[in-house]
Amino acid sequence: MATREIAVVSFAQTNSRRNELDETEMLLPVITEAVKRSGIARSDIGFTCSGSCDYLGGRPFSFVMVIDAIGAWPPIEESHVEMDGAFALYEAWVRLQHGDIDAALVYAFGKSSQGDLPDVMVTQLDPYYVAPLWPDSISLAALQARAMLDEKRCTELEMAEIAVRNRKSAKANPHAHLKGDHLAANLLGEPYAVAPLRRHDCPPITDGATAIVLAAGDLARKVCKRPAFIRGIDHRIEPHALGLRDLTRSPSTKLAGERAGVGKGKIDVAELHAPFTHQEVILRDALGLGAEVDVNPSGGALGANPMMVAGLNRIGEAAQRILDGKANRVLAHATSGPCLQQNLVCVLEAE
Amino acid sequence: MERCAVIGVGQTKHAAKRDDLSMIGLVREAATRALEDAGLTFRDIDAVVIGKAPDMFEGVMMPELFLAEALGAVGKPMMRVHTAGSVGGSTAIVAAHLVSAGIHQRVLTVAYEKQSESDAMWALSPKYPFQPPLMAGAGGYFAPLIRAYIRRSNAPNDVGVRVAVKDRLNALKNPYAHLKMPEISAAQVEASPMLWDPIRYLETCPSSDGACAMVLSSETAARSAPHRPAWVHATATRSEPNLFAGRDQVNPRAGRDCAAALYKQAGITDPRKQLDAAEIYVPFSWFEPMWMENLGFAPEGEGWKMTLEGATALGGDMPINPSGGVMSSNPIGASGMLRFAEAALQVRGQAGEHQVEGAKLAMGHAYGGGSQFFAMWIVGDARP
Repeated sequence: MATREIAVVSFAQTNSRRNELDETEMLLPVITEAVKRSGIARSDIGFTCSGSCDYLGGRPFSFVMVIDAIGAWPPIEESHVEMDGAFALYEAWVRLQHGDIDAALVYAFGKSSQGDLPDVMVTQLDPYYVAPLWPDSISLAALQARAMLDEKRCTELEMAEIAVRNRKSAKANPHAHLKGDHLAANLLGEPYAVAPLRRHDCPPITDGATAIVLAAGDLARKVCKRPAFIRGIDHRIEPHALGLRDLTRSPSTKLAGERAGVGKGKIDVAELHAPFTHQEVILRDALGLGAEVDVNPSGGALGANPMMVAGLNRIGEAAQRILDGKANRVLAHATSGPCLQQNLVCVLEAE
Repeated sequence: MERCAVIGVGQTKHAAKRDDLSMIGLVREAATRALEDAGLTFRDIDAVVIGKAPDMFEGVMMPELFLAEALGAVGKPMMRVHTAGSVGGSTAIVAAHLVSAGIHQRVLTVAYEKQSESDAMWALSPKYPFQPPLMAGAGGYFAPLIRAYIRRSNAPNDVGVRVAVKDRLNALKNPYAHLKMPEISAAQVEASPMLWDPIRYLETCPSSDGACAMVLSSETAARSAPHRPAWVHATATRSEPNLFAGRDQVNPRAGRDCAAALYKQAGITDPRKQLDAAEIYVPFSWFEPMWMENLGFAPEGEGWKMTLEGATALGGDMPINPSGGVMSSNPIGASGMLRFAEAALQVRGQAGEHQVEGAKLAMGHAYGGGSQFFAMWIVGDARP
């Protein structure tokens, strides 16, 4: 299928941390900044799509009030997914394929710190057979990590090294939440949080918001020196029941990666949405990324993990490498659901 | 742009409590009926788009994740839409766009609510920071808008009662409707308790368990469908902020703009004349006349005349909600998709006893939030 050329032309994000702002307050400056950087007038943005989750804010319709941050007057064409913002970007990409509009705004927000996040995430599980057992999100990730160790797909030392690398990369990212220099050997001396995961294997609890402006071919070239063109984007879901899955593999990432054309050329930078260290190993493997690929130069989700935003951030961070002239072909990945249940892969290129 | 057609429609029997079904069973009842209508199985589907209103209605965060297996989505793209009360409509539009953009051939779209799992009144009454607590659910929010409408339009007091009776009589012809009230009368509605003045108990929608599903397809795929397709002629959505000085919530601009964009796409200049039927989101009886004006079926201030003249009845010149509408079945997240699906049934000639004779062009409408999110489509029996 021939698709219309769509590019990321601007990206803005909050300084990730736990903050005292409400969702609209987090979003307003970010949206203003992304639109300003895009060089596209708000009135020329034909579609707006967002991603968020009511359960983080602990209230229904958390996306309703944030409409205040986008200047929806006169009324706008708008939609919302109860998913990571990366999937909102996918919806906007589909909408732009129709050819009647040339620009779209995508945003996401998450107040992960409002409740006890690992416990809140339990409500995402099968309510009949799994949620009543109350396995929190760290424990489920630990189950997956244990399977990885048992299958000899990675070692605890390799997991610690992934943490060290991501936190070190995060130092160069002014927006990152958790950063610093560590020694893997020292980290292994720390106690387990939920065996075999130690604290360094887990992501921080981050509040944040992100906005991205997409533009179609000619408009993108007009407003942007080096637009990051989306050359392939696809997403797939796996069974929810953990017993139906091989937790050490990610067939949905593999399939989405193939359909997005990951293997068609050399990848310079890959931003992988791996909130837990061992998940980076699974994703690298599913996407066939070798040691030469620069993975998560932003520090990844281990550096900042605003829920519902971290996936969209991967697209933004990867695209920014192209916008800045630092890379020519990049990959971005987003995940949702327990133990990497649902995955999206996006390949972006400079011209 | 590819053409998009509705080739399968399915819905559950809606009820206050479908305790014979889990959430899984509920969505499957609608989905398998839609697939059967389309002559397909889950295997033939390229992608699944699911929608529902706030997750607090059932107490499951992002329930599409645990419904992936039940909806045959494994190995496929699956999306979850949430745009408040308009979600059933906007979910269908997201699915239609996947087809019209040429991405997929056959998309299954599903919307549901199992309201008996929780208490919608509670879920709709949160305490927001910096805002006065409403604690009154949807009725408490919309009653002042209705009072404003009555004052503006000088509508007689019994318009709402007439709508309540008409929609329940229509529901008697719809085998899937929740409320079945063969004895319904104006006197009975008037005698029912006043909940939020001027909304009486029998002038409100019920709280239902239910689901709706459609199979949307490309023109190529529609050719091999066993039943007549309904062709999508136009889709539109519009949103506006909830609160700001000067906002007209009675006749919101987002609704007017959405209808204008929709009619333009479908080549409609006189909606009342050109449309044969419309399924409009009317959760409280008075919203029928209000939306008649917002949608341009009647001049401002005169929507109530259509109701009183019988124009909106089955057999009138502009039948509104021949299925019985939201007033008779209200699984909130599915209510919008039911409007879209019922419009499709009308132009496919499949609406059974509540069929509008010879319907060729019909409208589906949904709204949500504080009358601020709108989703609409127009379907026809002829290929656009």
